[in-house]
Amino acid sequence: MKVRVFVSLKPGVLDPQGRAVHHALEGLGFAGVEDVRVGRLIELDVAEGTDDAALDAMCQKLLANTVIENYRIEKV
Amino acid sequence: MRAAVVTFPGSNCDRDMAMALEAVTGKPAIRLWHADAELPDGLDFIALPGGFSYGDYLRSGAMAAKSPIMREVAAAAARGVPVLGVCNGFQVLTEAGLLPGALLRNAGQTFICRTVALTVENSQSLFSARYEAGATIRIPIAHHDGNYYADAGTLDRLEGEGRVVFRYAEGCNGSARDIAGILNPAGNVLGMMPHPERAIEAAHGGTDGRALFESALGALASA
Repeated sequence: MKVRVFVSLKPGVLDPQGRAVHHALEGLGFAGVEDVRVGRLIELDVAEGTDDAALDAMCQKLLANTVIENYRIEKV
Repeated sequence: MRAAVVTFPGSNCDRDMAMALEAVTGKPAIRLWHADAELPDGLDFIALPGGFSYGDYLRSGAMAAKSPIMREVAAAAARGVPVLGVCNGFQVLTEAGLLPGALLRNAGQTFICRTVALTVENSQSLFSARYEAGATIRIPIAHHDGNYYADAGTLDRLEGEGRVVFRYAEGCNGSARDIAGILNPAGNVLGMMPHPERAIEAAHGGTDGRALFESALGALASA
C-alpha cells in the first residue's frame, strides 16, 4: 500500500526557504504570487492493512516534528 | 569523575568536546557511539556534540534523537545526570523531547560561522555558576539551523523559570527572544547553539567557554 505523508510548517512558523523561493519567483517575473511555503513529501510503501493508528504514530514519532510542523496522510 | 561524549554518524565536534572535557577534568573523556545500547556505569556527565548527525536527514537531529543511545541518555537525564547538547546536540535534545521547542533554519537563510556575544541570563544553574550574572561572553557559533522556536506560552515559561541561560547579545539567527541556550525543568539538561568547547584555551582566540565546563564539572572533578 502506497501512502503519502505531506509535512508542512505550521502557519505562523517562519519559513525562510519559502521566502527565498518567493523572491526568486518574483525575480523571474512571475507576478501575483502571494506566499510560498516549502514542505516535504514522504512516500511510504507499507504492508496492506497497516492501520491508521500506526501511520499516525509514524508521523508523530519521526516523520513530522509537531512542535513546528503539521502533517497530512494520504493513501494512494 | 566520568565524563562522556556521544559520537553519531556525522558528528564533527566530538573530538573538540572530548578535549574540552579532558582539559577541565584532567582525565580522557569516555567516547560513546550512537549504536551503544547501554551506558557505562557511573557516568557523571554526558555531552552531545555538534555536527551533522545522519547528514541532517529529515530534520537536524531527528534521526540521532531516535538512535539506541538516546534512550539511555534520556534515562540518565531523568536520573539527574548532567547532559550538555551543543549545536547539533541541542537539536538532538529538542527532537528527543528532552528540551522544548525546535531549531529552525536561520532567519537569514545563511550558515553563520563567527564568534558572537552572549549574555549570561542565569548564573545560578549547574552549567553557569562560574559566570557573573549578566556577564557578556564571546563564544563561536557555526550553524544553519539555530533559529530557536517555541510557542509564546513555552517561551514565557522558560523565561519565568530562569531556564534561559544564554541569550544572544546581538542579532544573530532570528531566535525567539534571542535565546541561545535553555535548560530542562530540572536544570540538569542544557542545550545551546554556541560552542563553548571552542573557547577553552587562549589558542582558540578566547576562553569564555571554559567556565561552563568548570561550573558543571568542577564540583565533580575531585571526586
